Amino acid sequence: MHILNTIGRGVIAAAMGVAFSVTALAADITGAGATFPYAVYTKWAEAYRAATGNKVNYQGIGSSGGVKQIKAKTVDFGGTDAPVKEEELDAVGLVQVPTVMGGVTIVMNVPGFESGRLKLDGATAAGIFRGAVTKWNDPAIARLNPGAKLPNLAITIAHRSDGSGTTFAFTHYLAKQSAEFRRDVGAGNTVNWPSNAIGGKGNPGVAANVQKIKGTIGYVDIADAMKNNMKFIALKNKSGHFIVPNQQAVADAAAGANFKVKGMAPDLLDQTHRNAWPITTATYILAYEKGASVEKQKALVDFFSWSLNNGQKMAEELGFVPLPAAVVKMAEAEMQRIR
Amino acid sequence: MSEPSVSAGTDLHAWQVRKFRMQDRFFHHTTQAFALVVLATLVGILVSLGIEAWPSLAAFGPSFLWTNVWSVPGDQYGALAAIYGTVVTSVLALLMAVPVSFGIALFLTETCPAWLRRPLGTAIELLAGIPSIVYGIWGLFVFAPLFADYVQPPLQAWFGDMPLIGGWFAGPPIGLGILTASIVLAMMVIPFIASVMRDVFETVPHVLKESAYGMGCTTWEVVRHIVLPYTRVGVIGGIMLGLGRALGETMAVTFVIGNANRIQGSLFAPGTSIASTLANEFGEADPGLHIASLFALGLILFIISFVVLAVSRWLISRSIGSEGL
Repeated sequence: MHILNTIGRGVIAAAMGVAFSVTALAADITGAGATFPYAVYTKWAEAYRAATGNKVNYQGIGSSGGVKQIKAKTVDFGGTDAPVKEEELDAVGLVQVPTVMGGVTIVMNVPGFESGRLKLDGATAAGIFRGAVTKWNDPAIARLNPGAKLPNLAITIAHRSDGSGTTFAFTHYLAKQSAEFRRDVGAGNTVNWPSNAIGGKGNPGVAANVQKIKGTIGYVDIADAMKNNMKFIALKNKSGHFIVPNQQAVADAAAGANFKVKGMAPDLLDQTHRNAWPITTATYILAYEKGASVEKQKALVDFFSWSLNNGQKMAEELGFVPLPAAVVKMAEAEMQRIR
Repeated sequence: MSEPSVSAGTDLHAWQVRKFRMQDRFFHHTTQAFALVVLATLVGILVSLGIEAWPSLAAFGPSFLWTNVWSVPGDQYGALAAIYGTVVTSVLALLMAVPVSFGIALFLTETCPAWLRRPLGTAIELLAGIPSIVYGIWGLFVFAPLFADYVQPPLQAWFGDMPLIGGWFAGPPIGLGILTASIVLAMMVIPFIASVMRDVFETVPHVLKESAYGMGCTTWEVVRHIVLPYTRVGVIGGIMLGLGRALGETMAVTFVIGNANRIQGSLFAPGTSIASTLANEFGEADPGLHIASLFALGLILFIISFVVLAVSRWLISRSIGSEGL
């Protein structure tokens, strides 16, 4: 398999050199799915069109929608934040490849606290988000912030009201930290938030609620948090360090992960690297091993190979985190199965 | 029409009659087909909602209507919280919107100086044309923070300790929730109700009003005894139009209601409505009971709207009967 991968890599490298300079593939390809990577896929598609003349359309309809649409064969590729399980991939005949990474950050609006000045660990965060810790001066929070002047202020939780891959990643992280959280709130795209919670539509909705309401804590993806200049909570990672989220910390989390699994979807949560941001996720594309149109399948592989190799900077500027170089190579080899 | 010759004339005449009759029949059937499309669409929507909702209806039975649980991880669904939010926000919105609309319509038709009548009327029509998402964004970014800082704290200070109604104003003043949604809804339906009321008030014959004024009636007496009895049907129709819009309003409510799938006694607390639950959860709903329950919610909203329409028809027909109009 490794030998095959190596050969495959060589082949595509050679093929790319030719493809970009000489031929233009005629087939337009369409994809649909997760909204999280929408910004970067659109940016890549634009740059790819400028470079090659080929068109790629992506519609952000949500992860479950992406899986549904690729199964219904209405699109050439599906996008999903929640990886599809190995058995299901095999049963349907799908190939799953990661494209870009991101992090879910915890943001807050506590008077007197600047970004990164308030520290939490996973268990306390789980306590807050299941409604067990309801005041900012709770002893559980005070213990992690010795010397800080915590206000006697009610905690309001800001969450996504729409089903979301961001909620999926965030609740899976908290459920790992606390069995009570898994029991009371659950983990998934839509969960049972406690009574002091308020739902906002989309990442911008949550960001607005956190910024407008005093005493709020919420979660948004790192791109939206940076765009809105939000105040981060420093979260304790597995190796015991308090991390203020940034793109490097997300990249470091991926550095230690083993992508050599079927479906290329290792658990990126709570990695052991000393600078790892604990709530790190990747987003994936799904395509058929044997597609209806060879031409389209080729065009699809070509688009993502080009993007993974040329689109890192565009991804970073949008607040995403590119895959590590070694993982890009693996993704390219995996995409050779898309025919 | 001249008649060149008798026999040819009758032939021509008969031919023309046939042609007209054919045209009439063609016209009748075509328009009938168009009208039937409406009926078919209605029945089609109802049937497809029923089919899609069936797994949920079969699993939970009629208790779906009064179960106060909406748990996606637990795969347990009940519509009570969404029905509660829909009904409470719509009724509160009407309680606020009807008196204001009534005032606007009366001012425009009875006491407004002529030069102000057109600009004011146009402004109301423009308000009715603003897309609901704009109200939602305005509600979230402008209204809610002001409401949280300047309206909720005094409301809590005045009413918070009162028995019975104190509980309506409990909880942290976060600016979003049932009351905020009701106020934004009220603003959205005021232009509808006000413009219908203005239009029906204008249908009152001037003779009637002038004779009442001539007898020395005050403006209020004219409105109370002449305008309102004359226009009762239209006024009810306008209010029902507003209610229908409030019940089904989606985006504006989704932005400001707080989106919590639970019933809390306080009007300051976040809640949910049928339409906002659909808007929030449909995109990422898992196949199975979740999707089916969302369809069941849609079916319930359909039925609520239908009942509202039926009741308003009944009210109108009753008031027509009693007035002898």
